[in-house]
Amino acid sequence: MNLRSLRRATRVLRAYPTLLRVGFAGVMAYRAEMLVWMLTTTMPLVSLALWTAVSSRAPVGKFGPADFTAYFLAILIVRQLTSSWLVWELNAEIKSGALSQRLLKPMHPLFLFSADNLAAIPIRSLLCLPLALVLLFATGDRIPRDPTTLALVAVALLGAWLLNFLVSALIGALAFVMESSTAIFEVYLAAFSIFAGYLVPIELFPPTLRAVSEALPFRYTLALPAELLTGLLDPARALPQLAVQWAYVLGALVATTLAWRAGIRRFAAFGG
Amino acid sequence: MGRVSQIQVAGFCYPPVPLMAPAQSVVVKGLSKVYQVHERGAGLTASLRSLFHRRYRAVQAVQDLSFSIAPGERVGFLGPNGAGKTTTLKVLSGLLHPTEGEVLVSGFVPQRRQVEFLKQITLVMGQKQQLLWDLPPVETFALNRAIYDIEERTFKQTLDELTTLLDIGTIAQKPTRQLSLGERMKCELAAALLHRPQVLFLDEPTIGLDVSMQLTVREFIHSYNERHGATVILTSHYMDDVAALCPRVIVIDHGRLRYDGSLPDLVRSVNPHKQIALRTSAPLDRAALERVGAVVALDAARAVLQVPRAALHEAVAHLLGRPEVTDLTVEDPPLEEVMRAFFARPTAEQEAAP
Repeated sequence: MNLRSLRRATRVLRAYPTLLRVGFAGVMAYRAEMLVWMLTTTMPLVSLALWTAVSSRAPVGKFGPADFTAYFLAILIVRQLTSSWLVWELNAEIKSGALSQRLLKPMHPLFLFSADNLAAIPIRSLLCLPLALVLLFATGDRIPRDPTTLALVAVALLGAWLLNFLVSALIGALAFVMESSTAIFEVYLAAFSIFAGYLVPIELFPPTLRAVSEALPFRYTLALPAELLTGLLDPARALPQLAVQWAYVLGALVATTLAWRAGIRRFAAFGG
Repeated sequence: MGRVSQIQVAGFCYPPVPLMAPAQSVVVKGLSKVYQVHERGAGLTASLRSLFHRRYRAVQAVQDLSFSIAPGERVGFLGPNGAGKTTTLKVLSGLLHPTEGEVLVSGFVPQRRQVEFLKQITLVMGQKQQLLWDLPPVETFALNRAIYDIEERTFKQTLDELTTLLDIGTIAQKPTRQLSLGERMKCELAAALLHRPQVLFLDEPTIGLDVSMQLTVREFIHSYNERHGATVILTSHYMDDVAALCPRVIVIDHGRLRYDGSLPDLVRSVNPHKQIALRTSAPLDRAALERVGAVVALDAARAVLQVPRAALHEAVAHLLGRPEVTDLTVEDPPLEEVMRAFFARPTAEQEAAP
């Protein structure tokens, strides 16, 4: 790291608390919209109802009703805490030219966007709290208590947030070169719902499909922290998976940085 | 590379600011900008055809533009819609990469968007805001303080100054969406100037504002320029803005430079006449008036004459000697008319063509 990037990093760190505070004020101004937005992420509850019904007579694999409840509640919590809506925002800002104002600032727009996302986490957590209580008390004693596993959960959550955010930024940046990037994101989401363990726990996949899902990035944005949180994944087995997750984070960071650099060159600053 | 006087050592840029204040605030040499525009007709067939075969058309927005602007100058960009004014401003502020040519602003290459460069400029777009819509402008000010890394004391001082000059003490506390267009523009200006930029790009800063608010904004820009010695480059559809603010104008038409100089000189070259408006106690004789100048209007109590500038003195002296004349004013024809006449003229290139 040279002196210039060090200076830049300290500048961003100094600014970040203010970015978060103003971002939070923005979230509070939009709280009603925010709530509706969060309620669109209820698919795991549908899966939960479906799978608990299926498993009420006989367990599916090693999953009984309580396992399914715990898994999908954990999935819902992880999704709430780590998802990103940057694709839509970027798509709109690039097409309308509103991104110009951000590009004039002496700070990379992605820092500003990331602060907006993180500032929403308190209010998202508020919705997660009752779910977490149910998870804690109604599904048996499966939440890890030891600090090592909890630390791994935290690392996995941070990795999942970063990966989601960067992939969002990468696909969003496609709007620099094509008319709309949201269609590509829909395709991504379709693959995500299968390979991230969003609709079906990856534990229940046949071995080949499971191997495929472990090689793809999707599971590291969702299932990995959820499985750690519900005790499905042994902490010792989690370490190599965390390494894969963070390798994906790094790859996404490089790809996003390059895509932005190329995109900004092409940015025509539309709209007057 | 990025700057004129810059030493590059293993990825370091030193010093962070140019060694000397550059002699020119803005230097543009042979600037051209071509947009690739995707073309598609109307209707379903055209939509389907464009799915497989895309047609692109190159649109030359700016062509071989050259000029330079000294620090502290106030310059107006004039030209009809689509002439390339906004494109030029966007290239100067680093938002667009030039297709050809060289551009330096405060000694920096704009499209590299270096932090030190971005801290020295601001771009205010009358049609595009930076204020956060649902929060009071003070929140945008706080955000900009953090982003531009402005020291607390300097920030307070600048904000106090801007608050007083623009009279936004109370309105900056209200959510932006509840402000009127004029109030919003005043807060936009404050947000854009908190980091005390040395080069101001103003794209239609008074668009949609009423006359008194236009005047406020104009006076504010003038006083900022004088207090901080900042360079101001302005585009406006309101000729009064340009006439009041900019001693120098650059006229761009069809992406090319048509004129660079003072506004009065431009008016003189387009229309070498002055208008004399008279109020009279008795009707004047048309034949007698026509010996003085061209008669534009004549009735029982009023007459308007057009006189070559060179003959103005003599004409006024002669007219004032007439007992019927009760009042006399000398004026320039309205700027809008002058510009319309100017743009209707063929360019040098068109004249040269057979």
